[in-house]
Amino acid sequence: MSINRREFLRLAGVSALAGVGGVAVFNKLQNNALEASEFTAGPNALNAKRWAMVVDMSKFKTPEDYKRCMDACHSTHNVPNFSNPKDEIKWIWPEKFEHAFPGQENPYMNEETKEKSFLLLCNHCDNPPCVRVCPTKATFKRKDGIVMQDMHRCIGCRFCMAACPFGARSFNYRNPRGKDANGQPLIKEENAAYPTRTIGVVEKCTFCTERLAVGKLPACVEVSNEFSKGGLVFGDLDDPGSEVRKIISAKYTIRRKSEIGTQPSVFYVIGGNDYAIVPEIL
Amino acid sequence: MYDSGKIIVGLLIFIALVTFPFYNNIGKVNAKPELKLDTPEIQKLPEQERKCVESKEFMRGGHMQLLDDWRDSVVRDGSRIYTSSAHKTFNMSLQNECMRCHSNKKDFCDKCHNYMAVKPYCWDCHIAPKENKS
Repeated sequence: MSINRREFLRLAGVSALAGVGGVAVFNKLQNNALEASEFTAGPNALNAKRWAMVVDMSKFKTPEDYKRCMDACHSTHNVPNFSNPKDEIKWIWPEKFEHAFPGQENPYMNEETKEKSFLLLCNHCDNPPCVRVCPTKATFKRKDGIVMQDMHRCIGCRFCMAACPFGARSFNYRNPRGKDANGQPLIKEENAAYPTRTIGVVEKCTFCTERLAVGKLPACVEVSNEFSKGGLVFGDLDDPGSEVRKIISAKYTIRRKSEIGTQPSVFYVIGGNDYAIVPEIL
Repeated sequence: MYDSGKIIVGLLIFIALVTFPFYNNIGKVNAKPELKLDTPEIQKLPEQERKCVESKEFMRGGHMQLLDDWRDSVVRDGSRIYTSSAHKTFNMSLQNECMRCHSNKKDFCDKCHNYMAVKPYCWDCHIAPKENKS
């Protein structure tokens, strides 16, 4: 079959018209978007350039103190208790010094620091490796520095768990809505205002974005203020007048594995002033 | 054609079987799902305020798109307040806002979704309101 120039041009013209017209018709049919609707932050929402937390370990005295912070977080966010350390889900958890700050320990350090539990949580790094490896962009860094996890998008590949140097991410190996061996629900009491997760997704601390949006501090911070003011301090690292900045500039703080370069946003005040007194050497 | 008799009979039987569901259902109309909008929460509202976020027609056709936009806005941008085209504000939350009024998931969400045989996975994570009927 041969085609001459005139026929070819005619055919091309008709096809182009049909294409353009078809798109227009398709758009017309598709067009049910709304006008004049908009999304805004709430009037009481707390804003920052970079949210950060200071954990003052001197304020944590009894195991009860840790437990209250952990319970507050885990009950607010429907974190299941799989009662098996292998597939444990943790948003905030205690750990010994040598595990929290590997490489910083020495055989001669004081007994109290050595044995003390440190409260660990997601560091909301400025340069988060978990975000870099996520293949679906399920985990991402918000404008306010919070490393957030979109459960709708998580495919459970666990790259982020391998990438996170802090063990801050947990995988739902089982259905968190299920029951344990004794027939007890894995989530003791569901908080009806917050979703659960499903089997096969990774979860972690979110710095309580849902609470910040309505002007509340994170659940752990709120509870810690009940038993000792200043145990957990939350604020904007970018604001020189914020409480976290004041503490960080006044006291010696350390961060977990800062040598890796992820720039964690959680700072630890170790020991407070009690240990800083050096006996006079004569 | 060899064996034309067998082939044609076989074909006819095949066509009859494949089209069975169609001619079997001809003339029978499935009851349309009737959604219940009379939850106690809705009835408590004054008459003028018994309106959804957007118009009924839009919600019917576009609620999934709306919820998808809400999700992206809340999770990704942290913007949680929705100003509707009627200039009313809503907290963008399926679990806390939509279901506050539509507390009858079984007679509202499920009815239509079952009829249309769609299985959205909202409730794998989001907690549905407690209902008496099971």
